[in-house]
Amino acid sequence: MRPLTEDETKTMFEKLANYIGRNITHLINRPDDPHCFRLQKDRVYYVSENVMRYATSVGRVELMSLGLCIGKFTKTGKFRLHITSLEILAQYARYKIWIKPNGEMSYLYGNNVLKAHVGKMSDDIPEHSGVIVFAMNDIPMGFGVTAKSTADARRLDPTGIVAFRQGDIGEYLREEDTLFT
Amino acid sequence: MFSDDEGDEDMLDAANQQGLAKAFTDDSEGEEVLEAEGEADEFGVDSDGEFEQGEEEDVEINVDSTVTNVLPSGQEVEAPSNVPPDIHISRTRIQEILNVLDDFSKYGEAGRSRSDYVAQLIADIANYYGYTEFLAGKLFELFSPREAIDFFEANEVPRPVTIRTNTLKTRRRNLAQALVNRGVNLKPIGNWTKVGLQIFDSQVPIGATPEYLAGHYIIQAASSFLPVIALAPQEKERVLDMAAAPGGKTTYISALMKNTGCVFANDANKARTKSLIANIHRLGCTNTVVCNYDAKEFPRVIGGFDRVLLDAPCSGTGVIAKDPSVKTSRNEKDFIDLPFLQKQLILAAIDSIDANSKTGGYIVYSTCSVTVDENEAVVDYALRKRPDVKLVETGLEFGVPGYTSFRGREFNHKLSLTRRYYPHTYNVDGFFVAKFKKMKAKEQKVNGTSTV
Repeated sequence: MRPLTEDETKTMFEKLANYIGRNITHLINRPDDPHCFRLQKDRVYYVSENVMRYATSVGRVELMSLGLCIGKFTKTGKFRLHITSLEILAQYARYKIWIKPNGEMSYLYGNNVLKAHVGKMSDDIPEHSGVIVFAMNDIPMGFGVTAKSTADARRLDPTGIVAFRQGDIGEYLREEDTLFT
Repeated sequence: MFSDDEGDEDMLDAANQQGLAKAFTDDSEGEEVLEAEGEADEFGVDSDGEFEQGEEEDVEINVDSTVTNVLPSGQEVEAPSNVPPDIHISRTRIQEILNVLDDFSKYGEAGRSRSDYVAQLIADIANYYGYTEFLAGKLFELFSPREAIDFFEANEVPRPVTIRTNTLKTRRRNLAQALVNRGVNLKPIGNWTKVGLQIFDSQVPIGATPEYLAGHYIIQAASSFLPVIALAPQEKERVLDMAAAPGGKTTYISALMKNTGCVFANDANKARTKSLIANIHRLGCTNTVVCNYDAKEFPRVIGGFDRVLLDAPCSGTGVIAKDPSVKTSRNEKDFIDLPFLQKQLILAAIDSIDANSKTGGYIVYSTCSVTVDENEAVVDYALRKRPDVKLVETGLEFGVPGYTSFRGREFNHKLSLTRRYYPHTYNVDGFFVAKFKKMKAKEQKVNGTSTV
């Protein structure tokens, strides 16, 4: 377990900024309960400093997880967000898409968001920007990237893709073997 | 099952039935013609028993002969070794032996001791329910004969499916409403828990609804709420769960602490930590540290916890309904090895506690086993080895008090503060919960002088 290097921090923040924009500051500045990012094996965890200090007692081999897993660095040095980060992404989301109940299961099985399933979406989302996908009752379901801007999406036919899926909570079942260590 | 004229016939029958039984056994071939099933190995007494069972409602002429001749004679015991035993006969005989044991002085056969009947009953239970004779005997001795049968019967029926609301993300009322809308039929488990829901039937798979994936609930047996309720973790404490996978209890602890403080979730099995991490993340428990140590290594890794939960690895005799392989896989060695491991773990748990903790200092020991070896004996051992801990009330509303003595073994009288749960009494898995408090050095000294 170690803090991130400058390069790693930059790579990760660029990725996070796609989804939560300037709200990253809220992650770092938490005067009531300071939090930090820690790298353990290739994964990045977002964790309260208090908990982090206790976790330093645990050996590198034995430490399996702490706090909240944001994602991992790939072998090529890119950063990939995991679905486990959804909790903080949803909290500080910049652009949102809500999908209707009839589209929930389709999305949870790993499909892209179709126009027919969109219940509502934030105004003025540009093309190719990160969005958080919610169910109509405001349960966060995953995240992705828009295929069309909000304006273009209005003119789309019902089977057209509004947003490409990047992560969804169905992965807790589908990817259980690979997602966690 | 006895007619009112039995008293008059008692004497007569007592005289007759000995001869009658002999006639049946000797003349076994003649008897077989009468018997519908015509089992070659079954001799007089058993077929007589079957005959009785069929007609006991209306014809009760030789009632007493069945009662006193419940046990097979010596040669019958020898006979069936080469053919598979008949479970119907075992079933009938179980009932008959129960009747005899209810009032042994009245119905017991002369020259047969009570232990003969019990031995035969255990053999029949093993045969009928598919246990090894060793395990059947081990479980049988925990209960009175009738209660034992209730216990074995309850192990044949599955426990209800229950879920626990994740209070970090939702409330039980909202969750119940959401699930009802998906076509799930449910109701609250009972008054003792505010977060449990019992599922009767469901049109959708309960482990794959959007609410499940979003971490609003976890599928968790009602019995595994109990140790966490007993532990009663407080906010801002530091808690250790020594055998945590798959995380039902850990996430409950985290939820009760409202994601404050710190929860160490340890599991010795690396493969099982996957499901543990998955559940922790799905339910949004961010105050956790997951590690993969042999739990005996605590407190060398880190100690000074406010509370420790030890849900020890066990033989699983309380969850036979869930895992029937226990019936045949457990042998005598397991009941020596497992308690040995449990004793090591409970000492490690006690040593990991900070006695000077302002709010805590509690250890909860639980198993999903019902045997005394893994429960009372382990707790008693811990009390003897670590004089600075004492048993305290578990704070659980229901449950049977633990044994203070068992088959000649005397335990600390405080063991009545522990709680046992059985499938046949509460319709939860068989379970055992004990709660300890580690005393401060000062208190301990005072306590020491006062007792000496």
